[in-house]
Amino acid sequence: MKRVNAVVIGAGAAGGIVAKELSVAGLSVVLLERGKWYTANDCRKDDLRNQRTTVLGNAFGPEDEGNPRVWVDPKGTVHTARASEGSYQNNAACVGGGTLSYGAQAWRYMPQDFVMRSTYGAPQGNSLEDWPFTYDDLEPFYEKAEYEIGVSGDYSGTPFHGPRRRPLPMPPLPPGREFGILEPAAKCLGLHPFHIPMARNSIPYNGRGPCMRCRWCVGFACEVDAKNGSQNTVIPIALNTGNCELRTECMAKEILTDDRGRARGVAYFDADGHLQEQLSDIVIVSGCATESARLLLNSKSRLFPNGLGNRNDQVGRNLQGHHYTGAVGFFDFDTYDDVGPGATIAISDYNHGTPGLVGGGMLANEFIRLPIHNVDRLPAGTPRWGLGHKQGMRDWHKRSIVIMGPTQQIPSAEGRMTVDESVKDKWGMPVVRFSGNVHPHTFEIGELQAKRAEAWLKEAGAIHTSVMAGKPELVSASQHQAGTCRMGNDPKGSVVNKNCQIHDVDNVFVIDSSVHVNNGGFNPVLTIMAIAYMASGALVREWKGTGFRS
Amino acid sequence: MTSIQNPSITRRRFVASGALGTAALAVGCAPGAQCNWDFLTGQQAETLKAICDQIIPADDFPSASQAGVLDYIDRQLIRHYKRHQPTYEAGLKLADDLSRKRFGQALSSLTQPQQLQIVTEIEQQSRSFFELVRDHTMEGFYGSPRHGGNRDAVSWRMLGLAEPPPLGRAQYDLKKGSPS
Repeated sequence: MKRVNAVVIGAGAAGGIVAKELSVAGLSVVLLERGKWYTANDCRKDDLRNQRTTVLGNAFGPEDEGNPRVWVDPKGTVHTARASEGSYQNNAACVGGGTLSYGAQAWRYMPQDFVMRSTYGAPQGNSLEDWPFTYDDLEPFYEKAEYEIGVSGDYSGTPFHGPRRRPLPMPPLPPGREFGILEPAAKCLGLHPFHIPMARNSIPYNGRGPCMRCRWCVGFACEVDAKNGSQNTVIPIALNTGNCELRTECMAKEILTDDRGRARGVAYFDADGHLQEQLSDIVIVSGCATESARLLLNSKSRLFPNGLGNRNDQVGRNLQGHHYTGAVGFFDFDTYDDVGPGATIAISDYNHGTPGLVGGGMLANEFIRLPIHNVDRLPAGTPRWGLGHKQGMRDWHKRSIVIMGPTQQIPSAEGRMTVDESVKDKWGMPVVRFSGNVHPHTFEIGELQAKRAEAWLKEAGAIHTSVMAGKPELVSASQHQAGTCRMGNDPKGSVVNKNCQIHDVDNVFVIDSSVHVNNGGFNPVLTIMAIAYMASGALVREWKGTGFRS
Repeated sequence: MTSIQNPSITRRRFVASGALGTAALAVGCAPGAQCNWDFLTGQQAETLKAICDQIIPADDFPSASQAGVLDYIDRQLIRHYKRHQPTYEAGLKLADDLSRKRFGQALSSLTQPQQLQIVTEIEQQSRSFFELVRDHTMEGFYGSPRHGGNRDAVSWRMLGLAEPPPLGRAQYDLKKGSPS
């Protein structure tokens, strides 16, 4: 197999951008993706098998068969999880990764999110740190992501976000009924509601049409291709350069290293299960926080007995996602308009600045609900089955609003993943093993966020409310997983530097949510994309034409 | 009444659609008779029907079994829910045993109030089996018609959702504000 300049592992939010940036700059690139390339025709509108409701399996990977993971509960009992179970903490495995089927909220983190330790200090037992760069450093790349991927929305209603040079490239979609109910209520409470930024076309953009506002949104591949992910933006550009080859259904096994401790390529299993070696000058790992860390930990050699980049036992630590809490409000009038994507209105008043709390999170109304989503979300006291339940579904399906949000988790070094040498996947590789939890202060913040959501719903006229604020026993990461290969200036407390380069292996990069130092109080995808643009830019600048030397 | 995805009308589905037959015939075959379920025996299907129809009974709108929930569960028991086969086999047997102990007959032969009593007892005695059937019944009734349940999108119509859903709504259709 012909040697190339770069192998990029994982064709998701970050990997697609890296492949595009490098191939446009003239590097030869092989983009490996373990899953398939789905299209708008794979929407299927299957309420029971998509990427959000997975009772009949994950629509966009991985399969239940042959892809187990392991988790350890607080009592030390070890459990095995199927890929479609919640405890598996799945994202997706396909071209586009999570961006094929996501809800597409495309948030910028706030300036404070990059300096959490300086802002809040360090509550005992947490691993809060500052990022090695600031919001201002990342701002141009947020803008690049918003324009290249395509984001609609309008931040003008909020005074809390960081400065920006240009507005979003597309206006928000026209507001739905929930926006009309929630906006005046928020203003009555002195809050600052605004239109959620979404990687979704509200007008024709990038050669594709606007959202048709159907009911099958988050969890589905968009039927009219109006949702913007790496699969319909940057990856096609990468392939059109002629410099990038996409190999689907190829699962990376390990990063190969030479006697001097530099990477020489990647060993992977192809679609037929045959082991292949792709030699390259550099390797970029973009498999998302759990799978990127797993690949490093499974890349053991004489020089790296504990895995690549893991000399200081940092790979897999500080695993984070978001602690989702909120409330459901029930109304004595119809709130449902059958108009997707449903999520339209947000506030970021509560992300920072509450005395006694380390951060907080954004609150927004939930995406449009399918009937199956409301089966267990009826007012307290509704029978769980029988005629009472059936009547409850009729009474409330069109009369409820959900407000919730991603509380920023306070990371801890013990909330982590490792690999389990005793449990192997279908390729014979040790699988991800989760243990520990985020810092308990996270749950105090989440509880207050839920009460804030409830207050907003009551102000909007809800006649019943129920609060959703759990206290998970295990670090909750899932689709927003981040933090396992944290970036930093100190090699003892981090895995990569600010250019996403592994500290002691200069031709291996981790470019995805793994490098997030903390995960903001927002959906992480736009930050993943901005970092991918920033790190790719630095890499291309350092590229010397015949090889990479830092 | 069959789903668009599978237009072939088997006897089972035709009868189960409620177009013909009495409640006793609704799952299409008498106890012990040859029938064409993928996994369930005729007797198991009768018992499961009784349980599902207590979980979602008929009122102005169809019951679970009338909407095809048994088709949904039966199909998945040899597919994604293969792992639940033993739980179903044991749970359905327990339901009939309990029913015979209390009333001297199989569950499907009891009156509605008697069936409700037995199903309530199963909920207490065999929690994991009951929760499984309850969840699968909800999935079959409120999920996509493509899997054999929610026949003709009957639950979505019940909830007042437009069926078939409007398609191709470009955003300029909504410029006047959200539709009423």
